[in-house]
Amino acid sequence: MSTFLQQILNGLSLGSIYALIALGYTMVYGILKLINFAHGEVFMIGAYAGYFAALGLGVQTYGTAGFPLYLALTVLVIAMAVAAMLGVAIEFLAYRPVRSAPRLTPLITAIGVSLFLQNAAMLAFTPNPRPYPPILREVRFELGGVIVTNVKLTIFVVAIALMVGLNWFIQRTWTGKAMRAVSTNMDAARLMGIDTDRIIRATFAVGSALAAAGGILFGLDQITINPLMGMLTGLKAFVAAVLGGIGNIRGAVLGGLLIGLAEQMTAGYLSPDYRDAITFVILIIILMLRPEGLLGVVRPEKV
Amino acid sequence: MQLLRRLAIASATGLLLYGIGLWLQDGLIEYVQRIVLLAGINVILAVGLNLINGTTGQFSIGHAGFMAVGAYGAAFFGVKLGPVVERLLGPGVVANAVTFNAALLIGAALAGLTGLLVGAPSLRLRGDYLAVVTLGFGEIIRISFNNAHFLGAATGYFGDTPAGLPAYTSFFWVYAWAIAIVILIRNLTFSQTGRSLAAIREDEIAAEAMATPTTRLKVLAFSISAASAGIAGGLFAYMQSGIRPEDFRFDKSIDMIVMIIIGGLGSISGAIVGGIFVAVTLELMRDLQQYRLVLYALLLIIIMLVRPEGLLGSRELSTAIRARFKRAKVAK
Repeated sequence: MSTFLQQILNGLSLGSIYALIALGYTMVYGILKLINFAHGEVFMIGAYAGYFAALGLGVQTYGTAGFPLYLALTVLVIAMAVAAMLGVAIEFLAYRPVRSAPRLTPLITAIGVSLFLQNAAMLAFTPNPRPYPPILREVRFELGGVIVTNVKLTIFVVAIALMVGLNWFIQRTWTGKAMRAVSTNMDAARLMGIDTDRIIRATFAVGSALAAAGGILFGLDQITINPLMGMLTGLKAFVAAVLGGIGNIRGAVLGGLLIGLAEQMTAGYLSPDYRDAITFVILIIILMLRPEGLLGVVRPEKV
Repeated sequence: MQLLRRLAIASATGLLLYGIGLWLQDGLIEYVQRIVLLAGINVILAVGLNLINGTTGQFSIGHAGFMAVGAYGAAFFGVKLGPVVERLLGPGVVANAVTFNAALLIGAALAGLTGLLVGAPSLRLRGDYLAVVTLGFGEIIRISFNNAHFLGAATGYFGDTPAGLPAYTSFFWVYAWAIAIVILIRNLTFSQTGRSLAAIREDEIAAEAMATPTTRLKVLAFSISAASAGIAGGLFAYMQSGIRPEDFRFDKSIDMIVMIIIGGLGSISGAIVGGIFVAVTLELMRDLQQYRLVLYALLLIIIMLVRPEGLLGSRELSTAIRARFKRAKVAK
């Protein structure tokens, strides 16, 4: 029983990271109908931005006393800002010029951007994995036979806080309302006086910032980061978005948590070798049985 | 009469290939021979991938996985089949040729079957799902070979003897297969089925409204494409003493995409040019190995921004030359 609870806890904390990344995929897809392949790499760069920010703020000098909370939050904000700028730059330089081109052109461009960032990162940061700086000192405690660490809890809490914040942003602010309008019908939104370019830019900024937060949490959880970490994690997050219903924000959160749980359960009860494969098995099943995703609605195709 | 003419053309081509092969063997250093063989294999890969990515407009970015299935299938069954065929036919050139081609066909069949399994669920939906599914499956296939102990796992498969896989792959076989596959895919592209594939690319909903069985045709094109990648994999396997899972990383799929995009999506002659171009530049850039993918990525982005149709667009070299001639005549 306690192992089961342990797996659930680990699965939820991993799943909340996937959910954070999946939000970026689903938001961009909702508006541009584009699979933003570079999103996984934005997540990776966000993790590296956090890494360098933490080193720059002297995380090593604090020793056992632990990194003060306000500095840890500064690291998070810096990484999110860097990723937001990167996301906006990618949109402006690579996606905007091909926005009205046939569907395949932006897709290939996105693959190109993803490859470029991956390999540029390998040149800049070396391909070797780096140990993630101890932004958070690990404290373990036991709760009814389950080992809980403050890192896992923090990951879960930070992710949920960000998602609640996003929900408020989308539902309550003017920009959020405009995002929903653009995603429903871009032309109509433009006729209503919404600056669609600005809204698309904002979407990329918000999605990328969330991915960067995911990157830091991932670094804390997995202890090391490397330039290729964005590929598989990004793919899993994309599957999470498809599972929940692509374009649907709540669906992305649900999908992320489910993928995280499925992965932990597979690793725990079947074999760790299959932990990466289970995601794609889920993808195939969902594509066959319910391609619109768990929370998606079937929309008739328009001609 | 027509059959006779075709037979004559085929045997003349065969003789020509055989002659060139002999000349290459004596005249060129091994390094150049390797590039020539790789160029032929690339042509098969590019023309096959172009059928699904260019002609049908569905994007696969995991074809290295199908190449791996073909390579491992051909290597494994070739090694097992070899002694049986030798017992029947006696050792010699004929037995080798029979074993080799049977192995290639088995590899291609396995790759085509894998393509069917991957494509059938994902091709029912809009094309970009295929991109993600193939990317994921390309990785899974590689990881599976990495863990398959009867195929040597991470060290790779080198046959049952310490000598490694026999060096069946020669200029003659590579280019015979390349010509056969180019003709096959050309005929398919310009047939009624090929027109339907192009219709799917242009407007899937309209094609469906015209009673085109879109899903069935997409899956068909995808399986043929995967099978030709399998042939290329088999030829690749018997070119060296063994194959390793890391020969079929994601980079390999990207190489293939660069081939067809440089030449122009949807153009068979473009794919041929692109395949040769990549084989040559890869060797020239050998010293710049770590910059290669950065440059490829930039090249992809720049081509998409500046000339998304590639060098040739969807035109064929032959029609472009003919048009040039016509214009020259009119000018006179």
